[in-house]
Amino acid sequence: MTVTTPNPAPVAEAPRSGGSRLVERLLRMRELAILVVFLVMIAITQAGNSQFLSEQGVKDLLLNATILVLVATGQSLVVITRNVDLSVGSTLGISAFAAGTFLQGGGNALVAVLLAVLLGTGLGLLNGLLVSLGQVPALVVTLGTLYIIRGVDSIWVGSRQITAADLPGGFVGFGSGGLSVLPWPALIALAVLVATASCLGHFGSGRELYALGSNPEAARLAGIPVRRRILAAYTFCGALAGLAGAMYLARFGNVDSGTGNGYELTVVSAVVVGGVVFTGGSGSVYGAALGALLLTSINSVLPALGVSSVWVLAVNGVLLLLAIAVDRIVALRVAAALKKKSDRRRTAVTKENADA
Amino acid sequence: MTHPPDPGPAPVLALKGVSKSFGAVHALRDVCLELLPGEVHALAGENGAGKSTLIKTLAGVHRPDAGQVLLDGEPVVFHGPGDARDAGIAVIYQEPTLFPDLSIAENIFMGRQPKRALGRIDHRATRAATAALMKRLGVGLDPGRPARGLSIADQQIVEIAKALSFDARVLIMDEPTAALTGSEVARLFGVVRTLSAQGAAVLFVSHRLDEIFQICRRVTTLRDGARIADEPLAGMTEDDLVRRMVGRDLAALYPKQDATPGEVALSVRRLTREGVFTDVSFEVRRGEIVGLAGLVGAGRTEVARAVFGVDRWDAGEVEVVGRRLPRGAPSTAMAAGLALVPEDRRAQGLVMGMSIERNIGLTGLRTTVTAGLVDRRAERSRSLDWAVRLQVKYARIADAVSTLSGGNQQKVVLAKWLATGPKVLIVDEPTRGIDVGTKAEVHRLLSRLAAEGVAVLMISSDLPEILGMADRVLVMHEGRLTADIPRARATEESVMAAATGRAAV
Ligand SMILES: Nc1ncnc2c1ncn2[C@@H]1O[C@H](COP(=O)(O)OP(=O)(O)O)[C@@H](O)[C@H]1O
Ligand SMILES: [Mg+2]
Repeated sequence: MTVTTPNPAPVAEAPRSGGSRLVERLLRMRELAILVVFLVMIAITQAGNSQFLSEQGVKDLLLNATILVLVATGQSLVVITRNVDLSVGSTLGISAFAAGTFLQGGGNALVAVLLAVLLGTGLGLLNGLLVSLGQVPALVVTLGTLYIIRGVDSIWVGSRQITAADLPGGFVGFGSGGLSVLPWPALIALAVLVATASCLGHFGSGRELYALGSNPEAARLAGIPVRRRILAAYTFCGALAGLAGAMYLARFGNVDSGTGNGYELTVVSAVVVGGVVFTGGSGSVYGAALGALLLTSINSVLPALGVSSVWVLAVNGVLLLLAIAVDRIVALRVAAALKKKSDRRRTAVTKENADA
Repeated sequence: MTHPPDPGPAPVLALKGVSKSFGAVHALRDVCLELLPGEVHALAGENGAGKSTLIKTLAGVHRPDAGQVLLDGEPVVFHGPGDARDAGIAVIYQEPTLFPDLSIAENIFMGRQPKRALGRIDHRATRAATAALMKRLGVGLDPGRPARGLSIADQQIVEIAKALSFDARVLIMDEPTAALTGSEVARLFGVVRTLSAQGAAVLFVSHRLDEIFQICRRVTTLRDGARIADEPLAGMTEDDLVRRMVGRDLAALYPKQDATPGEVALSVRRLTREGVFTDVSFEVRRGEIVGLAGLVGAGRTEVARAVFGVDRWDAGEVEVVGRRLPRGAPSTAMAAGLALVPEDRRAQGLVMGMSIERNIGLTGLRTTVTAGLVDRRAERSRSLDWAVRLQVKYARIADAVSTLSGGNQQKVVLAKWLATGPKVLIVDEPTRGIDVGTKAEVHRLLSRLAAEGVAVLMISSDLPEILGMADRVLVMHEGRLTADIPRARATEESVMAAATGRAAV
């Protein structure tokens, strides 16, 4: 720092209005809003069906959310860089089957989880390389890898199937056991979430993801290693999809060649509902996780209220559009507020010029 | 201060025989440049002369095709902007390069944030350091607000703060003052002087020649990518410098032809947009150039946008050649013969990624569309015609507009609107950030249009331009029209008095 010189001109005292926190506050509010919607929904359901929040009920709610939270966390990182990974469903499916096959052959449970993560990491790396080197839109590239991975998976798996009976009891037990109502997989997802959020918020490389999503050209001029960061985001996303595959296996015990089919769309919905903006540069993994929690709990809420589950998809769609509408309105409001602030400053400056 | 020429200090940063081409365009040819510690060096040249390319070569953005970059006399290769920054080279680019979603503080310290234990970013220290920088620059920008929504001038201030935030041995500024007000420029120069007194080398690009003479000691002039001269400024006149830049004697900068005003073409009565401008009434006649002066933020651009229908107005009426315009309907305004060349050509005037041809063609879609399809041949011939008439410098008409220099982009915007054959032309800061040569061309063009019977309303913050070109000067102050001064009585004093609200005429 070289802030040593006296000011060449009288300083207009900085008007330290609260606007600095304005955006932070609005973003927090965005997350808060999902939380409120979620809690209201749970409360209504509980009022209509007192069995809903039994110990098992809460456990199920959390278990169902776990897998989506993991994948959505990884996806958020990619979306923040103004990209997308559509191959997460395929990655989840193939890693789950790989881990299952390994366990079937009598393998160690921890090694099986590592194997799934490793496979996911490799596939993420592949996506990252294609996107960062290829100069082709991520949507197209990862649509390609979605089909490739799914194709390889189908050839390899064929009509085989892994069922809970093929797996060691300890592994399946891990999938449903936990600390009172908190299942182990949910705790793992929570740990991953907190660690990721901390990286994004408090470390240079995390902030650089936001920077390059916000303005790629400026990121390049600021000396940010753009390709390396994008590669890292995809690799991390793949790793979490792999981990989610292992969790899927532990929870359901049932894997075939169709596992995770179409999952990428649920993941993207969760991320968007959670306020991670598709044009990059803003949003948080906590928001995405809340979005995931909200979307998965609708699956349990509707049946508990006696509504046919055919409505689930429609409700998801409505939530998605609602979320986008809210984001748009909030963005316009913020822009207007910021502009007003600028204008006020401007007027102050020109007045001062006039007086000079 | 006169330095003896021989044992002077060794250059911190230098270019030796550097060439750089983009396809067929030779942006730099065999250019040499030496930046000495403690010296403010000007880089002059018309738009497209290669100034920004030279700067990007020094900054590690472009790698030279031939020649070397020397740091402390040693050849270096910058593999990216990060390398140059680590070598102590701070650059303010011509176009602000900010992250709209991040706070001002993060924008300034991206990649170099103060850290706490375990590499965690110290957000509070980052904000405090930013506040200190803002104080040093004498501006009241809040370090925590996001960069989104900042005016161009404020964005430029953030860029300046970014460049100051590290101990730069070399400070490079590509037209930093284009959007700044007088007192902001004065503060910037104060900082530049302090830095150079501390031994930093400074490279400064500006189209405002008086600024070059004000703070620079030497000047290197580029023309068509080649170095024309490297000489001390002492003893030179502005005319000398202009001659070096354009390679010929410039015809008058303000070639105003006398025109006899005809009937009223644009009539604005009691126009009001709440909180923005109030009770604005004026007329512009055929063949007349009316200047609209005022301080930045007086509401001039807003009036123009409302008249054209981009923004709605709350009360009042607008008539174009006797036809009432509905509020908020740009397409009706266009059909009535109104054209608006906006201030921020990047954001509002051009589709940067599209070709020159198609950009010019955009406004003419009405005439070149047959049966729902664009007649590309008609579009091309129409665009070529206008590009030639305005002497746009380009390699191929199918090239993207983003590859053109600023002055040529401005000509494309003008061409786009002139191609509609407007009866009333509103131009907002038509020559901001463009070089003297192009500026004179734009002036000649406006003058010719007026002579052909077009009514021209010219918003400008460049007082000599207003005084040199306008038949009549309207002045706004804080959203109100404060004066309507005929050419004969318009002087710097009378316009400034009305613009600052000291005297209503
Ligand atoms: N990235 C690019 N691709 C193609 N042409 C370019 C590029 N950058 C600059 N040019 C061309 O190089 C020439 C010099 O441009 P520039 O350095 O921006 O000039 P100046 O800054 O002096 O106005 C111009 O003809 C411009 O069109
Ligand atoms: Mg330039």
